[in-house]
Amino acid sequence: MIQADLTVILPEIILSLFAMLALIGAVYSSKDKAAKTLVWATSILMLALAAWIGTKGDAAYVAFNGMFIDDGFARFAKVMILVSAAIVLLMGQDYMARRGMLRFEYPVLVALSVVGMMMMVSAGDLMSLYMGLELQSLALYVVASLRRDSVKSTEAGLKYFVLGALSSGLLLYGASLVYGYSGTTLFSGIITTTIHGEVSLGLLFGLIFLISGLAFKVSAVPFHMWTPDVYEGAPTPITAFFATAPKVAAMGLFARVMFDAFGGAVADWQQVVALLSVASMFLGAVAAIGQTDIKRLMAYSSIAHMGFALMGLAAGTVFGVQAMLIYLAIYVTMNIGTFAFILMMERDGQPVTDIKSLNLYSKREPGKALAMLVLLFSLAGVPPMLGFFGKFYVLRAAYDGGLIWLAVAGVVASVIGAFYYLRIVYYMYFGEEGEELDSNATPLLWGCLMVSAAVMLLGIVNMFGVEGAAAAAAATLVQ
Amino acid sequence: MIGLEHYLTVAATLFVIGIFGLFLNRKNVIILLMSVELMLLAVNINLVAFSSFLGDLVGQVFTLFVLTVAAAEAAIGLAILVVFFRNRGTIDVEDVNVMKG
Repeated sequence: MIQADLTVILPEIILSLFAMLALIGAVYSSKDKAAKTLVWATSILMLALAAWIGTKGDAAYVAFNGMFIDDGFARFAKVMILVSAAIVLLMGQDYMARRGMLRFEYPVLVALSVVGMMMMVSAGDLMSLYMGLELQSLALYVVASLRRDSVKSTEAGLKYFVLGALSSGLLLYGASLVYGYSGTTLFSGIITTTIHGEVSLGLLFGLIFLISGLAFKVSAVPFHMWTPDVYEGAPTPITAFFATAPKVAAMGLFARVMFDAFGGAVADWQQVVALLSVASMFLGAVAAIGQTDIKRLMAYSSIAHMGFALMGLAAGTVFGVQAMLIYLAIYVTMNIGTFAFILMMERDGQPVTDIKSLNLYSKREPGKALAMLVLLFSLAGVPPMLGFFGKFYVLRAAYDGGLIWLAVAGVVASVIGAFYYLRIVYYMYFGEEGEELDSNATPLLWGCLMVSAAVMLLGIVNMFGVEGAAAAAAATLVQ
Repeated sequence: MIGLEHYLTVAATLFVIGIFGLFLNRKNVIILLMSVELMLLAVNINLVAFSSFLGDLVGQVFTLFVLTVAAAEAAIGLAILVVFFRNRGTIDVEDVNVMKG
């Protein structure tokens, strides 16, 4: 019995053992000199695990009496998490090494937070949910303040910690109420109490607290205040990490709780999620307009994008979950490319994040400027880029799910949001002459930017098969 | 006779005090950490009360996990606070304001 359980969680075991051994090994040997090797080893291990998980087939496995679920949905999310984390680790390596920030703890902490994320998307019980969430969050608090000598980085870590701890408290209070009023912590047990008859008031309170805690983690309005500060304060490679893998994990967890535990009470949470979605889309679109710092702008952009992903969830259907997964896959790809570009923005070797520094960038670097143009158009959702199809899917899901007002609001918000992406394009192509940025590009960053931009254009043919995979994954989650 | 609802009331009160401690406190970041701890302990009272009421041990197991994680969280919070203090020379909540927006 225990043998079978351990086989199911083998990828998580391998990654956590690797992280612990790497930590001990580095402490007792060459310390930070091992950092570069560790980054590569962690990335390669993550990619190998992603390939393994991705080829596991369609069967669903349940371990530890339902506390851990390894189904198609979990595997789809895990592949996204592992691949994006591995790429972001490699992308940031050069940036961090040149500034003396590449400590050996960095790949170890990222690996541990990835284990937490894999637990989150596979959680089948309130306890495994909480433990996964905390493993991810605790590692991320430390990573945010990795630059110990910088006021901004430590302040970002402090803010993230205080608000993250508050959200964990809310989520936990909700979990305790759900446990009390349903008599079990297992999702499969909770759903039997919600599927028959009415949802009791206590359970409803628990559900609302749970949703608030999860909304913090996906940075949905009104629980978004930490996002801009953390994105701005953390070193850029870490911001890139925050914008990709944790978002996928948090949305995966959100969908898992809503459907696995409260799938019988869709009407009870649908309106709440729809409200979160519409508030996020509008705040993300409006608040980003006044930003001059590109990292802060990307924070508001990610708030808006999470609003769109939540729209798919709010539909409460299989197609809605499929749309959410497709949206997340496209979002992660776009963000990897965009952050590869941001990592290359330097003047005299110092990182620059002011949007105005991109003045007439297209004259000096036509190739990179064109790739960024494609990515920005895709982020804004301009057809025929892939970003448009992501938005199209969630809008259709909301429309089919009977949330026509939400779909209309989504279209309006995406039109408002297009303004600030196009402003960056304006600076790149028609801005005023000013101080130039360095024209340095490591092959890896350049490759990530170009591949990501190419995917945005070529993906419109068949989305590289993501559509079918997402449909199969969504079907395993929603019964 | 003290019943379930009494325990739930105490837990809810402590939880709300914790939340207010987070939002109304303008003085010291350490007090924020204490408020967070208070919230988690309120949840523990909830869990143990429910566990005893339902005659189900899972709630108490959950409590042990929460206690462990709370300890780890406090350790990480204090560590971040120490590096912040080294850079800024203060831990007043009002001074955590380099970034705004």
